[in-house]
Amino acid sequence: MRRVTHHADVSLRINGTDHSLSLDTRTTLLDALREQLGLTGSKKGCDHGQCGACTVLVDGRRANACLLLAVAVDGRDVTTVEGLADGEALHPLQASFVEHDAFQCGYCTPGQICSAVGMIGEVRDGWPSAVTGDLRAEPVLTDDEIRERMSGNLCRCGAYANLVPAIAEVAR
Amino acid sequence: MRPFAYERASDAAGAVAAVAQPGAMYLGGGTNLVDLMKLGVESPERLVDVSRLPYDRIEEAPGGGLRIGAAVRNSELAADPAVRERYPLLALALLSGASGQLRNVATIGGNLLQRTRCGYFQDVSKPCNKRRPGSGCPAREGDHRNLAILGHSEACVATHPSDMAVALAAIGAEVHVTGPDGQRTIPIPGLHRLPGDEPSRDTVLEPGELITALELEPLAPTLAARSTYRKVRDRASFSFAVVSVAAAVEVAGGTVRDCRIALGAVAHGPWRAWRAEESLRGARATEASFAAAADAELAQARPLRDNAFKVPLARNLLVATLADLCEEVA
Repeated sequence: MRRVTHHADVSLRINGTDHSLSLDTRTTLLDALREQLGLTGSKKGCDHGQCGACTVLVDGRRANACLLLAVAVDGRDVTTVEGLADGEALHPLQASFVEHDAFQCGYCTPGQICSAVGMIGEVRDGWPSAVTGDLRAEPVLTDDEIRERMSGNLCRCGAYANLVPAIAEVAR
Repeated sequence: MRPFAYERASDAAGAVAAVAQPGAMYLGGGTNLVDLMKLGVESPERLVDVSRLPYDRIEEAPGGGLRIGAAVRNSELAADPAVRERYPLLALALLSGASGQLRNVATIGGNLLQRTRCGYFQDVSKPCNKRRPGSGCPAREGDHRNLAILGHSEACVATHPSDMAVALAAIGAEVHVTGPDGQRTIPIPGLHRLPGDEPSRDTVLEPGELITALELEPLAPTLAARSTYRKVRDRASFSFAVVSVAAAVEVAGGTVRDCRIALGAVAHGPWRAWRAEESLRGARATEASFAAAADAELAQARPLRDNAFKVPLARNLLVATLADLCEEVA
C-alpha cells in the first residue's frame, strides 16, 4: 500500500530565480510567496479570487495566486510585483501609477499593476474583450476596454478615475 | 482545509484509475474547486490534477465543427480565431464570464462542471440538498432573488452559473468523456440535468468520468453572422448573470428561416428555448413574433416569491436581443 503524503516538493522560478520548496499540498501560490519566500508584495484581500489583490503572472499570463495551489504550478515561471522593476528603475506601469496618483491606500496596487502588465500583453496578442465591438478586428484599448479588462481588480478606495489614465498612458 | 494528497495524471487512463481511490477528485484550473475547498464545501482526500493532460488543443472536427481539448483555458478559447469567426456568440459568452485572471486559469472542462453560486450551497452552516442530500433547501423561503424560474424542484432551486454553457446549448455540442466503463459522448444540452429529487447531481456524468474534449457542431455562417450573447447582471462586469441569452437567427425576406436560442441563469443548467424556437421558425421577423416566442417559452416559468422579476426580464431581454439581431439583417 502506498504511503499517503500531504506534502510535495515544488520547484518554482520566481522573478528569475529558481526556488525549491517542500510544501503542505494545501499551500496556495499566494501563501508560498508571502509566507515561505517573504515576497509580501502580492496581497491577500478576499482569498477567493474576487478582488485581484493577489494577481501575479504565471508563464506571462495574469492569474489569482490565491486560487492556485502551489503544487499545481510546479515548474512554472512566476512574476510578482517585486520582479517588475529593473533595479532602481521602476517598471513603466509603476512609474505611471505614481505619476497619475493611481492609488490611495495602496493595498490593491501590486495586483493592479501585475494585472495591467498581463492585460497589455493580452491586447498585444490580439485578444478581444466583452466590449470589443468587432471580435475579428485588432482590439483598440479605449478607456471602456481598460475598465472591462481590469474588472478583476477591485479598488475599495475608488482610485479608478486615475487608474484608467495611468494604464492608458503606458498601453497606448 | 482538510489535508489532501496530490498527484498529477500523465494520461487519461491513469487519471481515471487514480480518481477511483477513496475521496479523490479531479483538479482542473481549480478556480472553483480550490475556492470550494477553502469554504469547506468540498473536502477531497486526494486531488488528481488533469490540467496538464494533452487536451490543450483546438482542432477542426471531421464534421465541420471544432474539437476543443478539455484543458484549454477559457481565455484561449475566447481568443481563438476560428471561434471568433465561426462562433462569435461563444467567444462573447466566454468573455462575459469571470475576470481576465480567472479566464486565464479556468479550463473548459471545469467551466462546464463548476458548481452553483447559490449562497446556501456555499455556506456549510446552512442546510442544502445539493451539498448534503436530505438536509433541506432554505433557498425556497430564503434568499432566492437570483435563483431558478424554470425546471426547479421542491428539493433545489439552484441555477448553473456558466455563461459558456448557454452559448454551447444554443450552438449544439457534445462532450467526449472517458471513465471506468470506457468512452462515450454526451450532448449539450443534456450534460446538465434538472435537479428533481437528486440535486446533488449537477450533470449526468457517472463517478470517475473525465471530460476530455468538447466538440462544437458546425454553425451555419448565416446563423453565426447574426448571433450574440447578451448578459444582464447587477454590475457591468465580473458578475454572474441575472438572466442571459445566447441567440442566433437567419432571416430572409423578413421571415425567420432558422434560429437557436438558449437562456442562462434561469435553471439548473443552460436552458435551450425549444418552444421559443418552434414559435419563431417561419414567423415574420417582427417584435410581435419575438414576444410570442418569448411567451411560448416562459409560459413554463414558475418563479419564486422574490424572483418573479426574472420572467419579464428574460422576456424583454429575448425580445430586445432578437430585434437587434434582425435589425442588423435589414
